[in-house]
Amino acid sequence: MAGTRDRGDPPRRDEGLTPAPDNRIAAAQDSLAAAFREESSRLTASVTRILGGDFAAAEEVVQDALLAAWQQWPADGVPDQPAAWLRTVARRRAIDVLRRDLRYRDRLAATAFPAGPATGLAAGPATGSVAGPGGDEEDDRLMLIFTCCHPALATEAQVALTLRTVCGLTTAEIARAFLVSEAAIIQRLTRARRKIAAAGIPYRVPDGDELAQRLTGVLAVVYLLFNEGYLTSAGDRPQRRDLTGDAEWLAGLLARLMPAEPEVAGLVALIRLHRARAAARFDDAGRLVLLRYQDRSRWRHADIAAATDLLVRAGQRRRPGPYQLQAAIVACHAEAPSWQDTDWTQILLLYDALLEHLPSAVVRLHRTIALGQVMGPEKALSEADTLAPLLDRYHLLHATRAEFLRALGRHDEARRADERALGLTGNPAERALLEQRLA
Amino acid sequence: MKYVLLFCGDADDAAAFAALTPDELRARYAEVGAWFAEHRARIGGSNQLQGPETATSVRFGPDGPPVVTDGPYLEGKEAIGGYAEVDVADLDEALRMARTWPGRGTVEIRPVATRG
Repeated sequence: MAGTRDRGDPPRRDEGLTPAPDNRIAAAQDSLAAAFREESSRLTASVTRILGGDFAAAEEVVQDALLAAWQQWPADGVPDQPAAWLRTVARRRAIDVLRRDLRYRDRLAATAFPAGPATGLAAGPATGSVAGPGGDEEDDRLMLIFTCCHPALATEAQVALTLRTVCGLTTAEIARAFLVSEAAIIQRLTRARRKIAAAGIPYRVPDGDELAQRLTGVLAVVYLLFNEGYLTSAGDRPQRRDLTGDAEWLAGLLARLMPAEPEVAGLVALIRLHRARAAARFDDAGRLVLLRYQDRSRWRHADIAAATDLLVRAGQRRRPGPYQLQAAIVACHAEAPSWQDTDWTQILLLYDALLEHLPSAVVRLHRTIALGQVMGPEKALSEADTLAPLLDRYHLLHATRAEFLRALGRHDEARRADERALGLTGNPAERALLEQRLA
Repeated sequence: MKYVLLFCGDADDAAAFAALTPDELRARYAEVGAWFAEHRARIGGSNQLQGPETATSVRFGPDGPPVVTDGPYLEGKEAIGGYAEVDVADLDEALRMARTWPGRGTVEIRPVATRG
């Protein structure tokens, strides 16, 4: 059953392993953790291809290989090339699965892998199987990502499957990130894998017009992961996994696999620009610090410069999109020496462009901040008021209105707006900020 | 893989269909005909169904004989207007067909159960 397979995951380094008495065991655990993240998706991808798109069987094979490493490395020592070792074991087991299962007979005949008896592991990794970037393995991983993010799966299933299969998180880690029970995550994954098999969801990267549409879905999953992590990384729940690192890794992987897609680079830049400023987002008491009051010396300026550079290069392809534009807005903020010395006119123009791609009320709300700086608080307030019917239950509408009202000297109304915002958010860092304002 | 495409619609879809002018209706039927012609090689059985007001349901309870009632199984505003059995490579190909369906409404794609 899928459930037992999921529980068979080898623990990862960040799960607080008991220190091993034997240094060799500690070394094995470190090597496994280091090899794991990159390798698990790569392995799952290539094994899935060998098994003709059988997701569930492929994951089982990879888990077996990792378990074998977990058991053998402490005793036998870590191989010189841990990743290649894992690959050899996983492929061998995949071929065993093909041999065992009659349904795979035809496929076995068609695979390029030798069907003869497996040679001893002691002989080391198979040569020639470690493809560099751009090889078949990279295509396999891309297929894996597109299959996990297939629109025929519910969004939450896409997210869980991507985290499990591509990012290599355990079911316990995914459960912790979304504050749901591990049993619920296991069930979600099991259902998703069943649907992939039963509904005939192909293991393939779409082409032509379909690619653009499907890529939008894939990027949405990565962005959702990032947002989930970004909004909850307040530090008040240290047991909760920070998904922003996973999202950055995934976006970076996607950018390596699809170097010609400027929106992928735009998303990478967006995530890196946000993360470069993460340290200044909260004060010592865990309260959210608004951008305007952040200590900009705490930002990682080298990272900001690198992300901006990436964004500029993506822009040279002249195919703007919502992620590049959002990243450009964040870059304007990140490069400004202070709130006052920010290029608000440029930011307003970028928001106008963003609205053409993403005509949402939330984007219009964010735009009012720039509008306030360029045209004054009165104009911004009246624009925010037009959004009230759409965003009345959204705390940031009221918090933003409160800012404009305060700037206009209408303190009683500002207070009421802040109270309204407080009643609508459960995020502890945001609540602390609003309570401080109301105190 | 075999799938059945279920052509569904709700009250709004039915109203929009009823509001078509004779010319628009002819054009719509021509589009549907062209769609079937284009995918002929992949389509097995297919039929348009008469409206849900013509449906009769035979319902089996926990005991006793089945009860015959006037009306469709699906209660409420949604109804199945027709179906087509298709034989295609995978879900993506079925989705490509469904996306180009000219009849509007909603197309539900259901894989056909196989043994083994």
